[in-house]
Formats: sequence, structure tokens, C-alpha cells
Amino acid sequence: MDRIPILRMGEFLLVTIQVDMHDQLALTLQDDLTTKIEKTGARGVLIDISALEMVDSFIGRMIANISGMSRILDAQTVVVGMQPAVAITLVELGLSLPGVKTALNVERGMQFLRAARAAENDGRVNDGLGGDQHDSLSQSGLVRRGGEAADGAD
Amino acid sequence: MALIKTDELSVRTEQDIVIARQTVRRLTQEIGFSLVDQTKMVTAASELARNTVIYGGGGTMVCEVLTEGARTGLRLTFTDQGPGIPNLELAMMDGWTSGTGLGMGLSGTKRLVNDFDIQSALGKGTRVTITRWK
Repeated sequence: MDRIPILRMGEFLLVTIQVDMHDQLALTLQDDLTTKIEKTGARGVLIDISALEMVDSFIGRMIANISGMSRILDAQTVVVGMQPAVAITLVELGLSLPGVKTALNVERGMQFLRAARAAENDGRVNDGLGGDQHDSLSQSGLVRRGGEAADGAD
Repeated sequence: MALIKTDELSVRTEQDIVIARQTVRRLTQEIGFSLVDQTKMVTAASELARNTVIYGGGGTMVCEVLTEGARTGLRLTFTDQGPGIPNLELAMMDGWTSGTGLGMGLSGTKRLVNDFDIQSALGKGTRVTITRWK
């Protein structure tokens, strides 16, 4: 059966939708993604829809569902690359995707996910909770707090 | 109003919904719709094709390329022999759904096209006609 591949990159999952999805394929992606989040403990999901030429209410609902489900599983979702014509049509159709974080392109989407993780880790350090976890993540290079300046100072 | 081209597709399965979208994309490109107008018509077709499959139990989509004076348009007619819609007024409202959707199908589709017509008879079926002009 057809499947949309889900790639793992560090603590994030990447999905690029490159085909005109029939409904079952969208539902399969929803299932696969939640399973993969659970299995890998991923903390973020990036969905690239730049190749999607149309988002109707069904696909819109799938995107909103994935975002909601992953949030409950403690992973942030960001949807990137929506074509302007698709965005115009979606809003006119009546879907503004509330609760779905979007970014213009993959680069900005990754920036958002990394920043969200860094902010979360900072919060934990300040709380005095999970400091160990934060250190181990920093050492493994998964988290870069404060960008290049901080790297230099290290 | 003159008919330039007409085409009929079976709309019975999920795969047919995809084919309906692709057909409408191709026709709107041939007519020379802008990208935004293409996307609106394709999205409208996708919504109605899904209604035909899920609620109507399958049916047909007829595509007609029309000219009226200087303008060209695409008219799509979705017909099914399903249970019909008991309350059309309710079905056309934003947020109303009898199924698993978001309830934006019919009301949203109407906003994506220039002309929208729906006829439904209980126990006989539903016919939705939409037109978008270039």
C-alpha cells in the first residue's frame, strides 16, 4: 500500500507530502505519524506541503488532527511551504487552521522547532528540573541554545 | 451560452476523487484560469466529489467548458442517486455536518465559485452544479 515516508532527524520528524493524496493515504499518514512519535519520542514534527496543489476540508482536517494529536503526545507540529493559492482558497473555504503552527519554508519551520525546544529546556533549567537531561542533549548536539555566540563561548 | 467541450466521469471511489481533481485542474489550465482560480475550482470539485462518494453512494461528474459572449467558464455537475438531503437550508450552513467532516463542504464550496445550484430529493438523490468564469 502507498505510504508517505516519515524521516527522523535528531529529535524531530520530517514529512514531505509530494503526491496528490487520496483520503486513505491522508488517514494512514495520521496513524503512522502518531505511532512514530510514540516510538521515537520525537519532540517536533515538520510537515512540508509545498508540493500540495490543493488543500480541501478533508486534508485540512487531517493537518489539524496531526497537530492536535502530536501536541497531546508532547511534540510540536509546524506546517511549512503552503502555496499562496492554497492559502487563499483555504481561508475562502472557511478553514483558517486554528491551533496549527505554520512557517513560510522548511528553514523557518526548523528554526521554530529548535527555538521551541531551546525555550523548553531553558525553562527546565530554571525550574531546577530536568537539568541532567538538558546537559546530555546539549552535549549530543541536539540542542543549540543561544545560537552561534553561545557556541563560541563554550 | 455555447458548449465547447463536455466530459463525464464516474465518481465512486476515493481514487475517483483524485481523478476528478486532476481532470478539473487540466481543464482550468486549458481554459487559462489564473493559479488561484484553478485552485479554487479544483478544491470545490474535491469537496463535491467527496460528498458524492461518501453521502451519495457514488455518482458522476460532468465537466462542461462554456462560452458566453467573450467569457469562458467551466461548469461541473455532480449527480448521485443517494438518500438526498433532508434539510438543504441546514446543509448549506457553515459548521453543519452530518458526517465526519468539518461542515465546511457545501457552504465553503459556494464561496469558491461564481454560480452554485443544488437540487435534492429525498430518496432520489442530489445534483450540485457549480460554474466558475475566467
